[in-house]
Amino acid sequence: MKIKTLFVSLIFLFFSGFTFAQDEEGSLLDLLEEEEVTTYASASFKTTLVVNLPSIENTHAGVLDFKIMHRFGYLNTGFYDLFGLDQATTRLAFVYGITDKIEVGFGRSTLNKNWDGFTKWRILWQSSGTKNMPVSLSLFANASYRSINYPDDDIRTIYPSSNFYYTFQALIARKFNENLTLQLMPSMVHRNLIDYPEEKNDVYSLGFSGRVKLSNRVSLNLEYFYSFPNQLASDIVNPLSIGVDLETGGHVFQLLLTNATGMVPDAVITETTGKWSKGDIRFGFNISRVFTIVDMEKQKVRKEKRKNS
Amino acid sequence: MKKIFLLIVVLSISGITSAQGKYFTRDGHIDFFSSTSVEDIKANNNKVTCILDAETGNIEFAVLMKAFEFKKALMEEHFNENYVESEKYPKSKFKGNIQNIDDIDFSKDGSYEVDVVGQLMIHGETNDVSAKGTINITEGNVKVFSEFQIVLEDYKIEIPGVVEDKIAKALLITIDATMKPFNR
Repeated sequence: MKIKTLFVSLIFLFFSGFTFAQDEEGSLLDLLEEEEVTTYASASFKTTLVVNLPSIENTHAGVLDFKIMHRFGYLNTGFYDLFGLDQATTRLAFVYGITDKIEVGFGRSTLNKNWDGFTKWRILWQSSGTKNMPVSLSLFANASYRSINYPDDDIRTIYPSSNFYYTFQALIARKFNENLTLQLMPSMVHRNLIDYPEEKNDVYSLGFSGRVKLSNRVSLNLEYFYSFPNQLASDIVNPLSIGVDLETGGHVFQLLLTNATGMVPDAVITETTGKWSKGDIRFGFNISRVFTIVDMEKQKVRKEKRKNS
Repeated sequence: MKKIFLLIVVLSISGITSAQGKYFTRDGHIDFFSSTSVEDIKANNNKVTCILDAETGNIEFAVLMKAFEFKKALMEEHFNENYVESEKYPKSKFKGNIQNIDDIDFSKDGSYEVDVVGQLMIHGETNDVSAKGTINITEGNVKVFSEFQIVLEDYKIEIPGVVEDKIAKALLITIDATMKPFNR
C-alpha cells in the first residue's frame, strides 16, 4: 500500500513538472531559478553630512567633494542685523574617497581659525539578499587645531598642544526603507584644554539623526546630540539642527536651522550655547560639489592590473 | 509496477525533450547611451538574464537595474535613486516574440536578420516595442544582437529642469547576449 502511494505521488510530481515545462503561456523566465544577489543599501543620506556632523555616507572612491558651509547670526537679533544675515562664519572642506569605504578630508573654519583633518571608515555595510546585514557601521575621527592667538593669562600658559581637540564617533545607521534612514552616534570629544576645573576633558555624548525623503531630490534631516550630565560648563546646551537637502545632479544644497555656531564636531557637541526656546537659531547652508578625479572605468582597470601583478 | 516505472521513465524523458530547443544566459550585455551637446552618458550591464524558445520564437530578458555600471559613481547613485527608482522597481523585463523564427535553422551555423515585437517594462511602466536584430548561430550557441531607441517619457522617468540639457530624451539601447542550450 505504502509503496503504491509513493508511486502515485511520484507520478503526480512528474506530471506537474511535465505540465510546467509545457506551459507556454507563462513566463519563460520562470524556468530559470531566481539568482540570489546581495543588495547594498545606498543613498541613505544625500551627502556625507546630515546637518553639521557626518552621515553614514562616504564620498565615492575617486571622488573629491568640496564643501562650503555657512552659518549666519541668530535669528532673534532682529531687523538691525537682518535676522543674523549680517554676521557669518564659514568652513571650507575637501573630502576625498580613497575607496568606497575610506574617506579622508580637511577643513578650515573662520571660527577660532580652526584647521581640522578627519577620516571615516565604513566597517559594516547594510545589505539584503545572499548577505544579510541589518545596519551600517562607520568609524569617524576628527582632529582639530585652533590657530587663533590666545593671550597667555596669569594662571596658565597656552601650549600649542592646548589647542588640539579630538572627536571620535561610531555611526550606526539603518535605511529602513526608501524614505526613512535613522542613525545613532555614540561619540567622545577629547579637549586638551578646558576653561573650568569642573568640566571634563573627555566628553561622552549620544547623537541621533535621521532623514525623511520628501521627494526623489528633497529630504528633511534632523540631528541632535545629547551630552551626558556633569561634563560641560553650565551654559552649554545640546545641539539641535534641522535641514532640508536639495539635490541637483552634481550639487547638494543643505538649507538648515541650528543653534550651534561651530561646524567642526568638537565645537558643535561641546560649545553650543544657543537656546532654541529663546530664538538663538541660526540660518545656514552647506553646499557640496563633487568632482570625479578617478572615474570608475579607470578604477576597474587599476584593480585588474593589481590582481594580475 | 513495471508499467508504472516505464511511465515514469517516459514522462521524465519527455519532460527533458520538451525543454530542449531553449537557450539562455545570465551574463548577457545591455548598455544604454544618452548623447547631448553637453554630455554623453553610457552605462553597461553585464548581468542580463535572457531566455529564448527556438520553437515558438518567444524571447525574454530580465535586467537587474542596480547592475548598471556608470563612469561616474554619483551618476550611478542618481540613476538608481532618482530616475529608475531601483528599490521600487528592481528589474526591467522584456517579453517578446521573434516574428520570423521559422527562418532560423538552429542546427547549423549562420546569421539571420530578425524582427522582434513585444512588451518592455521599465520603471513599472509597460510599452509595446518592436526592433530589428540579428541572430548568429555558432557551434550550437545563439548570439542575439539588437539596437533600438526608447523614449524616457514613455516609462515615466522624469528629467528635472536643471539637468535637462545633459540627459537625452531618447536613449539608444544595445543588447548583446550569447545564449547556451538550456537543459533542465
